[in-house]
Amino acid sequence: MLSQILYALPFLAEGFAVTLWVSLLVVVLSLIAGVLLGVGLVYGPAPLRWAVRIFSDTIRGIPILVLMFFVYYGLPAVGLHLQSFWAAVLALTLFKTAQVVEYVRGAVASIPKGQSEAAMAIGLTFRQRLSSVIFPQAFRRFLPPWINGVTDAVKGSALISLLGITDLMQAINQVIGRTYEAMPLYILGALIYFAVNYALSYASRRLERRFAFIWD
Amino acid sequence: MATSSNNSPALLAIAEVSKSFGPVAVLRSVSLQVAKGEVVTIIGPSGSGKTTLLRCVNFLESYDSGSIRIDGKEVGYRDSETRQRRSERDLAAMRAETGMVFQSFNLFPHLTAAGNIMLGLTKVRGKSNAEARSIAEHWLGRVGLAHKADSLPAELSGGQQQRVGIARAVAMEPKILLLDEITSALDPELVGEVLAVVKSLAEDGMTMVMVTHEMAFARDASSRIVFMADGGISAVGPPKEVLAAETTNERLRTFLARFRASHF
Amino acid sequence: MGYTLNFNLIWRHFDKLWGGLLLSLELAVISIAIGIVIGLVLAVWYVSAGRVVRTIIAGYVEFIRNVPLILLVYLVFYGVPTVIDLAYSAPTSFVVTLSVYSGAYLVEVFRSGLEAVPRGQLDAGKAIGLTPWQRLIHVRLPTMLRITLPALSNTFISLFKDTSIASVISVPELTYGAQWINFNTFRIVEVYLVTTAMYLVTGYALLFALRLVERRFRAAR
Repeated sequence: MLSQILYALPFLAEGFAVTLWVSLLVVVLSLIAGVLLGVGLVYGPAPLRWAVRIFSDTIRGIPILVLMFFVYYGLPAVGLHLQSFWAAVLALTLFKTAQVVEYVRGAVASIPKGQSEAAMAIGLTFRQRLSSVIFPQAFRRFLPPWINGVTDAVKGSALISLLGITDLMQAINQVIGRTYEAMPLYILGALIYFAVNYALSYASRRLERRFAFIWD
Repeated sequence: MATSSNNSPALLAIAEVSKSFGPVAVLRSVSLQVAKGEVVTIIGPSGSGKTTLLRCVNFLESYDSGSIRIDGKEVGYRDSETRQRRSERDLAAMRAETGMVFQSFNLFPHLTAAGNIMLGLTKVRGKSNAEARSIAEHWLGRVGLAHKADSLPAELSGGQQQRVGIARAVAMEPKILLLDEITSALDPELVGEVLAVVKSLAEDGMTMVMVTHEMAFARDASSRIVFMADGGISAVGPPKEVLAAETTNERLRTFLARFRASHF
Repeated sequence: MGYTLNFNLIWRHFDKLWGGLLLSLELAVISIAIGIVIGLVLAVWYVSAGRVVRTIIAGYVEFIRNVPLILLVYLVFYGVPTVIDLAYSAPTSFVVTLSVYSGAYLVEVFRSGLEAVPRGQLDAGKAIGLTPWQRLIHVRLPTMLRITLPALSNTFISLFKDTSIASVISVPELTYGAQWINFNTFRIVEVYLVTTAMYLVTGYALLFALRLVERRFRAAR
């Protein structure tokens, strides 16, 4: 049994690399899209605000799995052909973007109105108020929940195994298919996911404590 | 000399300003002129519109009709006729001409005391960092906080924070300083240090309009006192006249009586 | 685009979706019920236990929270029967998984709820001579439940969405129904539009209903 698992390790490592690559792509892309849409939700004109609100509430209201199947099977049906890898990244990014939008909204909303007023009173323009007063403060409130939510991207990425992509989850299933050692391999897989995510949430707690001083 | 405040054009001219929140009228045709170097204190019961009036002066609040001019220039609108709102850039430039100190300090928590003062100097006045820093240090010295230049607001007491708030406002060399109940959020023992700073600014000839509940301070430091009630100016004059116990103004007498009962 | 929407085939097989939705709700309700029991017992135990028990409970919570649900579903359905001689159906296996999963999240919810009960209330309970058990049942738990109600509602709604993972072990819930129609009719866009709408309507209806219940509880205070 042990030898079989050792034999499978390089294969699992390849799958793990895919898991990390997908997670990284999703985290970076959703950060960019989420911050842009989040700022649009708070400061944009009414039509944009409504569009973002509907986007976010819809995406957060359905299971990621449904979103993923919708993107994966639905896009080719309407003539858009994406590699399954990129369809998976797109679906997970949409899901994560909706989360980031809410973190941004929450962070900006938590800055007291007096901060804007004080910035206005010394004559800062709208852009200067955002860049010098609101964003630096909102950033500190955005960071801890966002880092905490990175684990969701890693966990969510396990679903791409259902699209036939050989990530860690899929690699585990394939090794089990050959060795019939289901329990040890699932436990090994769980421990790998656990190690990554626990490290991430530990880091977020450290950061939270570091910024706690500025919060008051 | 004695008539200067009547003859010279007013630095701040508020003319027939009205404002309502829905059905509630908060300002009813308020007119008030403030000459350069004057210290005008606005008193009155809560809900009388005094803070709203102050916030209209730097257009943190808009108003429905009337005109507010500083040095002859309309504040929030291109002109009082068309009532077309000024552009964001224009508004920012107008606001830079007035300084405001807030009840809740509103210091920027992510910037040091000096950083709070330097922000407007660099971004609005276009000064270099070094120049802004030396101006910030000068004003921190004036409010007795030279040693706290690199402290974050969270490391300062309420009184110290408010003194930084004052320094932040005056460092911009505003034409007029607006003070909105700046001691109301302070513990009683910290009020004195803040009022001392205001007093020294008044002695330097800074034009100020302030809303306060500190009657003794209002009496000693003001050139004129304005009593507001129900969104209008009910009495105005030198402190001795307005605060006289034998005033014939019914509302003012009630206000002062209540005030004395609760504060002395 | 060249794709014309045609919902006829969806309506013909709508029982797959409707039956799936009911099963999704059933899975979520049973799982949260068991999850609440797990969460309550462990949370009460946690706040009164020594270091060893605390570490074990915290280990359970952290483990579940940091592992993908789909892996846990596989582990319980395919893995566990290989080491212990037990036969269970896919739905049962999924309910076990989702219960253990929600239990881990609810331990945290209840634990912080218990710690949020004001000290004064417990002292008042002591002062009128209640035993520790009575204080728990009559003072601490009712207050804690009121505090944690919104978090409970949110957990339930996310569990409802999580039931879609049951499709990977062929439990015929809503997502499975959608997949079935997808593969058998190829009305892909239509079936996912309808499925999305069903999840959204059900989810937001639940949220609305639970918020009403919360308000009722708060009013009853």
